[in-house]
Amino acid sequence: MITYPFAYSRPKSLAEAEAALKSTSDAKLIAGGQTLVATMKQRLASPSLLIDIARLGELRFIRREGDQFVVGAGVRHHDVATSEDLHKGLPALAELAETIGDPAVRHMGTLGGSLANNDPAADYPAGVLALSATITTTKRTIAADDFFQGMFTTALEDDEIIKQVAFPIVEKAAYAKFKNPASRYALAGVFVAKGKSGVRVAVTGAGSSVFRVADMEAALTKNFAPEAVANIAVAADDLNSDIHASAEYRAHLVTVMAKRAVKAALERS
Amino acid sequence: MSAVTLTVNGKSVSADVEERTLLVYFLREHLRLTGTHIGCDTSQCGACVVHVDGRAVKSCGVFAVQLDGSEVTTIEGLAGEGTLHPVQEAFRDNHGLQCGFCTPGMIMTAVDMIRRKPKLDRDTIRHELEGNICRCTGYHNVVSAIEDASKRMAGDRA
Repeated sequence: MITYPFAYSRPKSLAEAEAALKSTSDAKLIAGGQTLVATMKQRLASPSLLIDIARLGELRFIRREGDQFVVGAGVRHHDVATSEDLHKGLPALAELAETIGDPAVRHMGTLGGSLANNDPAADYPAGVLALSATITTTKRTIAADDFFQGMFTTALEDDEIIKQVAFPIVEKAAYAKFKNPASRYALAGVFVAKGKSGVRVAVTGAGSSVFRVADMEAALTKNFAPEAVANIAVAADDLNSDIHASAEYRAHLVTVMAKRAVKAALERS
Repeated sequence: MSAVTLTVNGKSVSADVEERTLLVYFLREHLRLTGTHIGCDTSQCGACVVHVDGRAVKSCGVFAVQLDGSEVTTIEGLAGEGTLHPVQEAFRDNHGLQCGFCTPGMIMTAVDMIRRKPKLDRDTIRHELEGNICRCTGYHNVVSAIEDASKRMAGDRA
């Protein structure tokens, strides 16, 4: 399959990339391109200009800053999955990255790309929301609770670029995912975290966008154990239904994945 | 058009290509390296896996211009003329292929996984193969071949 024609530029700095994005109305940023290229091949997207930010060193770092990890938007899933620092300090995030797509996809795809795209079944949004991470862009810092706004929709403005994401280090956390066996996207994925922001439970794959489950958070605050969420079900009404899973099945999976995530979080500590 | 320079299987190649030229088409049609296959063309089947700067990548999911300056290894570049890479040997010895269409991608993925994870058990191999689909569903012998190859290569390193 062949995409529509486009022009290509590879700016040498984030500032240049921002300027290019501002000056062309239907330009798109590309980093790993693991969603964008496939979308362009299906001719569902036809940017006139691709601005390649994959090589910008200022977007490629993982570092610990006090009680948080700051990860550059250009860091590839493979590098998160194999980061020794993350495995020691925030293993749930590294483990989440290890479940994304397949090895070849993880070698290309980036954190910033996943978040900016906000696919309803992407993995990173669950981790970012449950960990109460903050997203720093070329313009501002956005709390995870304000960032994800709906299917493929975020708080990002057209000329705004994600620079980095700060993930607070938490006491306990884990991600459990039921994969679509063909795409490896989440039919339902649940990230559970217990830290300074309390207990947070974020669900991906089941609804039109990542969402939190207040009832589970309340129950786990009282008793952080798998049985605390065993009888809490999310309503199937607003969940996705497709050839892979009905809304009712996804609702059931959310409870099962939540139990597994809590169990995994407890077994780690 | 954009100028692209790549090192492919150790040789420097330069060409002016349309920006929308996917790496797999650059390899197959510009360089006539047809060992890299196009299966699904939606980045799911893995028949097009090559190595870019030492990492397995699906060549149908990346534009050649994105990789300007990179080193690319295809199935043709794994071993010298007339010889086989240990992973290719192991696929032959374990009958790790039926029709053979997915095999170049399977082998490139296998070489990458053995490099990253020298000690492989069968479960890990299956997990690592998630991005490679065999339409003949001959996974059993593919897994055996990769397990065998990883042991042979560990022996070589010892």
